[in-house]
Amino acid sequence: MKLAMLGEAWRAMGANRMRTFLTMLGMVIGVGAVVLMMSVGQGAQYSIKQTISAMGSNLFVLLSGSSSTGGVRSGSGGSYTLNVADAEAIAELPGVQAIAPIHPGSAQIVYGPNNWNTSIIGTTPGYLDARSWPVASGNTFTDSDVRSATRVALIGKTAAQNLFGDADPVGQTIRIRQSPFVILGLLSTKGQGMDGRDQDDTIIIPLTTAQRQVFGSQFPGSVRMVMVQTTTQEIMPSVEKSMTELLRQRHRIREGLDDDFSLRNLTAVADSAAEATRVMSLLLGAIASVSLLVGGIGIMNIMLVSVTERTREIGIRMAIGARQRDILLQFLLEAIIISVIGCFIGLLLGIGGALLVELLTGTKVIIALSSVIVAFGVAATVGIFFGYYPARKAAQLDPIEALRYQ
Amino acid sequence: MNDSVIHIEGLHKSYETSAGLFPVLKEVSLHITRGEFVAVMGPSGSGKSTFMNILGCLDHPSAGSYRLDGHDVATLDKDALALLRNRTIGFVFQGFNLLPRMSLQDNVALPLIYCGVERAERHQRARELLVKVGLEKYFDSMPNKISGGQQQRVAIARALINRPSLILADEPTGNLDSHTSTEIMALFESLNREGITIVLVTHELDVAQHAQRQVHFLDGRIVNDHATLHTEASL
Repeated sequence: MKLAMLGEAWRAMGANRMRTFLTMLGMVIGVGAVVLMMSVGQGAQYSIKQTISAMGSNLFVLLSGSSSTGGVRSGSGGSYTLNVADAEAIAELPGVQAIAPIHPGSAQIVYGPNNWNTSIIGTTPGYLDARSWPVASGNTFTDSDVRSATRVALIGKTAAQNLFGDADPVGQTIRIRQSPFVILGLLSTKGQGMDGRDQDDTIIIPLTTAQRQVFGSQFPGSVRMVMVQTTTQEIMPSVEKSMTELLRQRHRIREGLDDDFSLRNLTAVADSAAEATRVMSLLLGAIASVSLLVGGIGIMNIMLVSVTERTREIGIRMAIGARQRDILLQFLLEAIIISVIGCFIGLLLGIGGALLVELLTGTKVIIALSSVIVAFGVAATVGIFFGYYPARKAAQLDPIEALRYQ
Repeated sequence: MNDSVIHIEGLHKSYETSAGLFPVLKEVSLHITRGEFVAVMGPSGSGKSTFMNILGCLDHPSAGSYRLDGHDVATLDKDALALLRNRTIGFVFQGFNLLPRMSLQDNVALPLIYCGVERAERHQRARELLVKVGLEKYFDSMPNKISGGQQQRVAIARALINRPSLILADEPTGNLDSHTSTEIMALFESLNREGITIVLVTHELDVAQHAQRQVHFLDGRIVNDHATLHTEASL
């Protein structure tokens, strides 16, 4: 019998194709917009997450404090208040997994006839662990390279491309500020950083080599920044606290005076970026949902018109034995069929639109099963919700009045 | 006792109007046994339409008792009344009341949807009845493609589909020319000969002549209830 009711609903829809189509269009646009927005939003969230994990997780950056010379303040990292001994002390703190003192700079590098200006990172092997940045081929340098300040280097993809083209850089010798460096390894691709900088355009060399031979340093043993990785994200606040205490103690900073270093939680920065994207995509979804609501109201409107128009038919059906619930079911089914078919078409259009966006703009787009399920669930709910009132109105008609209706 | 199809005692019906309670039927009693062919007559406003609505379980009496085929209608809820309309009563209307955009076969089979009969059986029974009313060539035609007389035959076939105890016909010939009217009345007569009880509302005397019994309404009361005086003579 339910099947027969389905047939009745289908017949009624077929009888007024244009109207059915227009009603459906409301659902199509609503669902399509929701799916499209959610796909784009989720794609954006995914991209952010990728960027974050590329940066390394659970990271602090410890910068040496600003210096003030004759009223000119240099900004963070401008003076050398941190040293390698600080870094080693931090490494002993509970919860710290890896540390990497960093001496950054930039220099002209030369290989044969080619030369290229790139960023140079002087650091320890821990840096690669903290940033989860393995070599693609070759080896990394070791702690003994750092101790003895050997002239070895790891090269990023972009820098390698500019010097070597497609040739294998591993084992080659380049010159950095006239000193020869042997390339031990080629770094794996890291992509764009949070600031849009190409992280693969770089050379990594042992910290001591950078300090003593490439850039020189007024204060031997001092570093400008230290990267600190904790074991888990949860432990970060307590590590931050103990690290601050430790450094204040080591630097003999009295109560009430400012720190001579600054500590930044990189994960928090990344998290807030991810949160912003999440809120954005939620907002987009909410706006799209409004069109779904409007589609639902369209269905209700048309169903009300339809009930009025078919009053006589309802009277006839009641006279020949239709119960109230039969009439209710017939009209409800009609609304649900319109919603579900509209939803299905909307889904296809939304997915198509999302793929088109990806194709045209190159933005990462993710069509999640969850968004599909949500769209379908909402459509069915909208159909039932907005179809129920008109259907109930039909079911509660007085058969005598309905039969008399012209 | 099972011979009684309609048993009405002391039936009253009033409507609420702004001017107060307006009585339409007053103290109506009627007893119709199985196999009768009764014409209900009376001028407009006499209460015969209201009476038919109550007979058809579309309206409730204000007072009095109505037993249809042994069921006390006053005790039944809406679903039970719908079932009664579906199984026990077959309606034939003045305006045919077929559903447009639905083939004749589907129109005839429509009541069966509401009592859960399978599709194949629905169609088979609908075809048998269309053959019975002489429309074997029109199974898949649409109602608007056939004449009024043919539409009324379809409506009669629809009324018959659940093998009802009672056919209620409300001015079934009101929209038809005299020739077609005679044909439709002949169909009713032949159905009646098969044992189907028929109650027919009309205001035309020559239509009423086809019934065996005539009940006259005036001002909400039955004023005359007699057997049709013709038959052998006029035949």
